This record gives sequence, structure tokens and C-alpha cells, in this order.
Amino acid sequence: MKADTAIEVRNLVTHYGDRAILKDISFSIPKGKTTVILGGSGCGKSTLLKHLIGLLKPTSGNIFINDRDIALMDETALNDMRKKIGILFQGAALLNSLTIAENVALPIREHTKLEKSTVDIMVRMKLDLVNLSGFEHFYPAQLSGGMKKRAGIARAMALDPEILYFDEPSAGLDPVTAAGLDELIIKLRDVFRMTIVVVTHELPSVFMIADHVIMLDAGNVLFSGPLAELTASDHPKIRRFLERKAEEESENPEDYLKIIAGE
Amino acid sequence: MLLSKTVHDVARLINETFHWSCIAPLKGKPVRIKATVTEMVRTGYNSIPIVSVISFFVGIILALQAAYQLKRFGALIYVANLVGVSITRELGPILTAIIVSGRSGSAFAAEIGSMKAAEEIDALTSMGINPIRFLVVPKLFALMIMLPALTVVSDFIGIFGGFALSVTLLELHPQSYIQQTLDALLVKDIMTGLIKAWAFGIGITIVGAYQGFQVRGGAEEVGQRTTASVVASIFLVIVFDLFFTTLFYYFT
Repeated sequence: MKADTAIEVRNLVTHYGDRAILKDISFSIPKGKTTVILGGSGCGKSTLLKHLIGLLKPTSGNIFINDRDIALMDETALNDMRKKIGILFQGAALLNSLTIAENVALPIREHTKLEKSTVDIMVRMKLDLVNLSGFEHFYPAQLSGGMKKRAGIARAMALDPEILYFDEPSAGLDPVTAAGLDELIIKLRDVFRMTIVVVTHELPSVFMIADHVIMLDAGNVLFSGPLAELTASDHPKIRRFLERKAEEESENPEDYLKIIAGE
Repeated sequence: MLLSKTVHDVARLINETFHWSCIAPLKGKPVRIKATVTEMVRTGYNSIPIVSVISFFVGIILALQAAYQLKRFGALIYVANLVGVSITRELGPILTAIIVSGRSGSAFAAEIGSMKAAEEIDALTSMGINPIRFLVVPKLFALMIMLPALTVVSDFIGIFGGFALSVTLLELHPQSYIQQTLDALLVKDIMTGLIKAWAFGIGITIVGAYQGFQVRGGAEEVGQRTTASVVASIFLVIVFDLFFTTLFYYFT
């Protein structure tokens, strides 16, 4: 593994039941940069992200983070690794029974023996970072979608991770809030030099935040490289995605009749 | 296929719960005391009113049904024996367990299920926090303590219900009713009831947690799993009861 690589995936194959989701994919994610995993709905993006944090075990293949294969780790080693990784889920996934401050404090309390006053200061710092000062005692249900996601980022950042994952950060947000979130992602990369991996299908967001792009299509890697190469590519599927064109109709009318007749 | 998967999942849940409640605390991963106390208040303390009212009524019903037969033999005073023994050995624990299944077993399934649907369980795991340790173990300890405690409450109130009816409607003498009850009850009657209650507590927690963790989809499935957890835990309570009653019949 090269020195400037944060995550390397080799020959990853995954199944959901009997259905193959990722079909033998390999790629690497550079350190200290924002990598966007791009692709249409159902191409296996979110599944891939769950493998990158060890929530799912692959059928075969290796996932190296800091030169260690997380696919082979036991639960204890995996939990140690997870302290260095933060993740923002699609719905923020804050614990609804805890306040925002308690949510952010949770990983700190579980993994360190710091005093309460220190934890409180850390929580306020993290919340200030995502512009949520003053919302410590609110419950997740009392916040808007965009605020929940920012609180989710504060929680993901609680232990100062080296790697930060985002699952569809702009899903369900209006364009202005989504752009605000994109700016926050850029700030995190520039200020903290974190390796950031974003799963999305929002094109404006991709052009704004991406340094490196991995494009998936039906469980295969279609493209992996810098953003400039992606925009210059003349691969028909990539062009269709970038120009927002629908899939071409592959069936002719007679085939269609056969399908609906159940033949 | 489906059965073997269920057995596998349940075995895994029991195994992990056992690990995080008995083995991990010895290795410096303590049980979350504060969460356990919260669960004890929620599952135990808050159930006291409903357990009391139902036990009181059942005590009255039991005394009436006993009197219906016993008065033909002029043996009304034996109402005290019948009420005391059947409440402590059988009805106290099982009524409490059924009420707690309906209140807390379903709440466990709904809580864990909705957390699963909202990716909160995944979030816990990704923070390096084991969901079994975080969610299930406090509930397990809470029910293991509170179900026997509620059973004691139920025993007292149930016997009091029988007493209240006997001294009014059946015109038995209060002093002799109390004496008769104390003579009839053995420590082992109460103890077997409490051991049963403890086992019911474990069963209800595991069923609720299992159904919660099985949620894959959204809100609708949470509802289905909650219902399933009540049905399954009441069934399990009856099966456990059959097992323990048989055991105690031969070995005490």
C-alpha cells in the first residue's frame, strides 16, 4: 500500500442473500483528500460504505485501512479501528432518547476516562465547529433535517477521527442547506486534513467537494481518478450520468409485449 | 431454513447477552448502572399501579371461586389457604409476567426496532459501542430484579384482595384468616414463585430484544415485531411456567 493511500479495497465481492451487490471491485482512496463515491440508486454505494466501517462482512476480498485488513478483524480490533473513523448516516441516526450534547458526548464517554467538565468542553467545541452552539439541550426531534446532520457530524468528529464517511449528506435537504453542508465538508478537509469519503449522487455537490471520484455502476467500478479526468471522460455511461440523461430503451416493442404477456 | 436461522439468531443473541452481562464486567467493561436504574423505574416502578389493581381483583375472584366450592363443605376458612398458595406459587408470578410482557417486552421491541430502522443501531456499532451491551444488558438486569420485586407486590396485594373479600362478604374473622394464611404458606411457595419470576424476566427481555433486532424495514415492521414480541413472550412465559412448575413438583 502506498504512503498516500488511506483506504485500499482489493477484489471486494459482497452478496445480499444470493444477489451479488459488489462484483469484484478494487480501488484506493487517497489520504487527506475528499473522495466521492458516485453512482445511480441501487449500485451498491451505501453497501460499500457499510463494508468500509465493518458493519457488513464481505463475501471475499480485502479492505485495508492503515495497512490493516478490517475484513479479517475480530470485534475488539474492529472497535479500536472504529475510534479512528467517524460516519454520518443518511438520516443522521442520532439517538432520539438523548440530547444533542449527550449524543456528541457518547463516544467520548464510552472510549475515554475524561472528567465530565473536560467532556463538556469538548462537546461545546465540536458543536461550535458545526455552528450548533446553543442547541446542546435540544432533542434530535426538535431540530431540522440540516441541523440534525450537522449534529451527526459533530458526533462523528467527537474522537477526532482520521477518516470521516458521509452517506448521502445532501439527501432530503434544500439546495441552500445542502450547499452549507458541502462547505462544512471542505472546511473539515482543509482545517483538519482528514480523509473524507462521501457517498452521493448529487452532481452539484460532487463538483464542489470532490478531489477524487470513484464511480460505481451495477456493482462494478466504472471510473476511479481525479475529478478533472471524470469531466473529461467520454465513456457513454459517465457522460449520461453527468448530463443527466435517462437510460436508453433497450427493449423493442415486441420484446415489451412478450414481457407483459409473461412469456 | 427459516427455523434454523431463528435458532441461530436467538442463540447468538443469548450468547452475546450472556457475554456482556456476566463475562465482560469482569474484564473491566462494567454494566451501565445509570441506564439500568432508568430501566428499573420504567419497567418496574411504573408497573406497580397496574400490577396492584389486577392482583387485587384476582385475589377477590380467587376467594369467590374458592368459596363457591368450599362453603358446601362448611370449610370456608380454607379460602385463606387456597388464595395464599395459588397466588404465591402461581398467579402472582404469572400475572406480573404477563403484564410486564405487555408493557415492557413490547416497549423493548419497539425501542430497538425503531432504532434499527433509523440506523441508530448501526451508528452505535460504528462508534465502537456494542448495541447488546448498550441496550439489552441494562434491560435484562432491570427485569431480573424488578420482576421478582413486582411479584412480591403482587403476592401481597393478591392475598389482601382475598382477605378483603373474606372478611366482608364471607364474614370470616380477620385474625383467623391471617393466621390461616400464615400457617398455609411455606417459604418454598414464595421462593419458587420468585425463581419463576426471575426466569420470566430473562425470557421477556430476550424475546423483546430479538424481535427488535429483527426489524429490517421501516415503521410498519416495527409494529408487526412489537405485536409478535407480546405474543411470543406470553407464550414463552407459559412454557417456562410449565417447566418450572413440573420441576418444583418433583424436586421440592
